[in-house]
Amino acid sequence: MSKKFFQGGQHWVWLNAGAISISILMVVGLLLLIAYRGLIHFWPADVQTFTFETNGKQELVLGEIHSHEIDTQDGTAREQYLLKVGNRDMYGIDFRWVDLKHLQATNINEEVTVVERHEWGNVYGFVKTVNYDGKVYEGDFEALAKVVERATDLHEQIREIERDDIGGINYDIEQLRLEERRLEIEGKLTPEAKADIEQRRQERKQDFAEFQKQLDELYSQIKRDSAVFELVDGRTINVAANNMVRAFQPNKMGALEKTGHYFAKLGEFIFDEPREANTEGGVFPAIFGTVMMVLLMSVVVTPLGVIAAVYMREYAKQGPLTRTIRIAVNNLAGVPSIVYGVFGLGFFVYFLGGSIDDLFYPEVKPAPMFGTPGLIWASLTLALLTLPVVIVSTEEGLSRIPKSIREGSLALGATKFETLWKTVLPMASPAMMTGLILAVARAAGEVAPLMLVGVVKLAPTLPLDGNAPFLHLERKFMHLGFHIYDVGFQSPNVEAARPLVYATALLLVLIIILLNVAAIKIRNNLREKYKALEQ
Amino acid sequence: MIQDQTQELNVNQESKTETQQAGKSNQSQGYNPVADETIAIEVEKLNLFYGDKQALFDIDLEIPEKKVTAFIGPSGCGKSTLLRCFNRMNDLVDIARTEGQIRLDNENIYGKGVDVAELRRKVGMVFQKPNPFPKSIYENVAYGLRLQGINKRRVLDEVVEWALKGAALWDEVKDRLHENALGMSGGQQQRLCIARAIAVQPEVLLLDEPASALDPISTLKIEELINELKNDYTIVIVTHNMQQAARVSDYTAFMYMGDMVEFDNTDKIFTNPEKKKTEDYITGRYG
Repeated sequence: MSKKFFQGGQHWVWLNAGAISISILMVVGLLLLIAYRGLIHFWPADVQTFTFETNGKQELVLGEIHSHEIDTQDGTAREQYLLKVGNRDMYGIDFRWVDLKHLQATNINEEVTVVERHEWGNVYGFVKTVNYDGKVYEGDFEALAKVVERATDLHEQIREIERDDIGGINYDIEQLRLEERRLEIEGKLTPEAKADIEQRRQERKQDFAEFQKQLDELYSQIKRDSAVFELVDGRTINVAANNMVRAFQPNKMGALEKTGHYFAKLGEFIFDEPREANTEGGVFPAIFGTVMMVLLMSVVVTPLGVIAAVYMREYAKQGPLTRTIRIAVNNLAGVPSIVYGVFGLGFFVYFLGGSIDDLFYPEVKPAPMFGTPGLIWASLTLALLTLPVVIVSTEEGLSRIPKSIREGSLALGATKFETLWKTVLPMASPAMMTGLILAVARAAGEVAPLMLVGVVKLAPTLPLDGNAPFLHLERKFMHLGFHIYDVGFQSPNVEAARPLVYATALLLVLIIILLNVAAIKIRNNLREKYKALEQ
Repeated sequence: MIQDQTQELNVNQESKTETQQAGKSNQSQGYNPVADETIAIEVEKLNLFYGDKQALFDIDLEIPEKKVTAFIGPSGCGKSTLLRCFNRMNDLVDIARTEGQIRLDNENIYGKGVDVAELRRKVGMVFQKPNPFPKSIYENVAYGLRLQGINKRRVLDEVVEWALKGAALWDEVKDRLHENALGMSGGQQQRLCIARAIAVQPEVLLLDEPASALDPISTLKIEELINELKNDYTIVIVTHNMQQAARVSDYTAFMYMGDMVEFDNTDKIFTNPEKKKTEDYITGRYG
C-alpha cells in the first residue's frame, strides 16, 4: 500500500495540498485576527468598579478591562489587568496596570456614565448635576442625553460654517492676495485694479464678519450647557457641552442598544474625521485620500503603460535594443519602492513642481504650490512604480492575439493602426485590466514612497472640495497605510491607538479588495465579450 | 540543419531549371489555355524570397475573370505564398521580398505608390481557419464597410443582409445578427468570413484552403457557394483536395517546389496532363 502510495505520486499531491492549505490558513488567520481585534474595539464594554487593598489602604478604580496579562519577569507569575480608566485630565494617563493580587472585589454599577469628549479622552464617572437651558438637574442622565444631543447638533452647524463657509472665504481671500501679487509681478497693478481687489476683499471680509457673528452665537449656545461628574474617588469634573461627543451608560445597555452603539461607532470610524492626534474619531480623510490617489494613478498608468506596450510589441523592430528595453522594464518592477519615493521627490516635486511654480505661479512665492509634496506627485510616483506591471501584462495580452485575426482585419483593407484600434486592442483589454488590477493592488498598499511625496499624518482639507477648481491636486493628503504607521508607532497614546491600528488595517484590506473586485468584474465582462480564440 | 536546407535548396534549383525549360517549351508552342477569357490578374516573372531562400521561381500566369482558378500541389510548393502575393499579404512577413510584377486592372500591385489597404479592398481573402472577429455577426460583416467610413445604419443593414444572403448564411443567422460570431459552427463561421469579404464588393476573392478545417457537409456548402460566387467574382482557390479542385474550378494550376508546372483547363489537367509530374501528382504517386 505504501509502495503504491509513493509510486503513484500521491505523496506529492499531499505535499502540494498541504502547502496550499497552510497558505490559505495563514491568510484566513491573519484576516480573522485583524478583523477580530479591529472590530471588537467598537463594542461598548462593561465598566466595572474594582476594589483594591494595598498595605491596608482601600482604593476604588473605575474602568474597563483593556487587556489581561501574566507577567513573569521576576520569576513569580503576576496576573495583571490593563484598565482603561479615562479622565486623562484628572489622572494624567487614561490607561493603568493593576495587580490582581490586591484585587478584593469587582462589581458593576448600573449608573456608571461614559462621556466621549473632543479633548482629554473619555470621562468615566457618575452624573452629579446637569446644567441644561439654565436649569440644574440632579443626577439626571436623560438631561445629559439632551445636552449631548443639542451639543452634537450645534457642533455640526459650527463645523459646517467653519469648514465650508469660512473655509471658502479664506480660500477666496488667499486667491485675492495671489491675484494682487501676480498683477504686481507683471507690473499691471494699477490703482483701479488694486481698488477692485480691495473692494472684493472687503466684501469677503464682511461675509466673514457675518459668519463670525453666527459662530459666536452658536458658541455661546453650545457653551451654555455643562455637566458635573463625580469620579469614583470622590473628585468632581466639570465638562462643558462643547466638549461632549457622546454620553452613554454601558452597564445599563441591553444587547440591542449595544449593537446600535456599535454601529454608530463604526459609522463614525468610517465617515468622520480623526480627533485627538488620530487616536479617536474616524479615518474618512485617509480613505478618501487612498482611493483618490489610486484612481488618479490608474488614470495615469493605464494609457502610459498600454501605449508603451503597443509600441514595443507592435511597432518596434524586435532586436537587441527592444530586448534590452524589455529587460529594463521588467527590472524596474524590482526596484525598492522607497527609491521611487526619492526619485519622485527629486524629479517630480522639486524639479517638475518647482518649475511649474516658477513658470505659472510666481505669485505664491516664497511658499511653494506644486513644488511641495502633494497628491499629484504621489499619484505620478506610484504610476511610475506600477508602470512595469501594466506594460508586461499588456504585452502578454497582445502577443496572445492570434495572427489569423490580425490578417483577417488587414485582408479587409484595414491599415495596421485600424487593425490595432478596432480589433487587437479591444481583444487585449482583459490583459490590460489584469495589469491594472496588479497595479492597484500594489499601489494601494504602498506607504514608503508616499511619505516622501505627499502623505501627511493630518491633512486639514480634502483634495476635493467646494472651492473652484474643486480638485486640488497640489494638496497633501492622508493615506490609510501611512495612517496605520502613524497611529501605531507615532502616537502619544499607544494603548488607545492599538485597536485602531487593527481597525484601519482591516479597512485598508477591505478597500483594496473592493478596488480589486471592481476591476476583476470589469475584466470578466471584457473576457466574456472577447472570449474565444483559444480553441 | 542549415546544411540540410542548403542541400534541399540545391536540389530545388536543379529541378527548377528542368521544369522551367519545360515551361518555356510549352509557351514557345504558343498554346494559351486562357486565350478566350478576359484576364483579371496577370503575373509576370514573379520571384519571391524568404530571406535567402527562394520560394517562388519566375511565375508567369494569367488568371481569367469571373472564373474559378485552383492552385494545387504538394505541401510547401508555394501555392499559398503565390495566393498571398495577390493581396500583398506577404508584406507582413518581414523577410519576404518579391521581384517581378502582378498586374490587376493593368496596374502593378507591387508598383510604387500603391495603397495596400485599397488593394486589399479590391482583393478579398478567406483563410484556411475561420477567423471571425470576436464581435457580433452583424459587426463582422460591417467591419470592412465601417473601415471605409460607412456608418449609416440603413446602408449597413442593407449590405449586411445582401452579403449574408450572398454567402448563403442569411436564413441561418437572420434572427441572431447581434449575437457573438464565435457562437456559430465552424462551417457557418467560414461562410461568415466569405460574407465579410464580399461585403466590401471586391473584384477578386482569394480562398486559401477554405474548407480544409470543415466537415464534409460544410465543405459541400462552401463548394456550392463558390459555384454561385463565380458569377460575380474572380475566384482563386488554393486546395489540398484534388477532388475539390476538380469539382469547383474552371482552371487549375499545378505547382511544385515553387514552380508553376502546368496551367490549363481543369478537365485537361485531370484527364490528360501534359507533364509527367502533374500526372504523377494527380494519380497519387507523390505529394
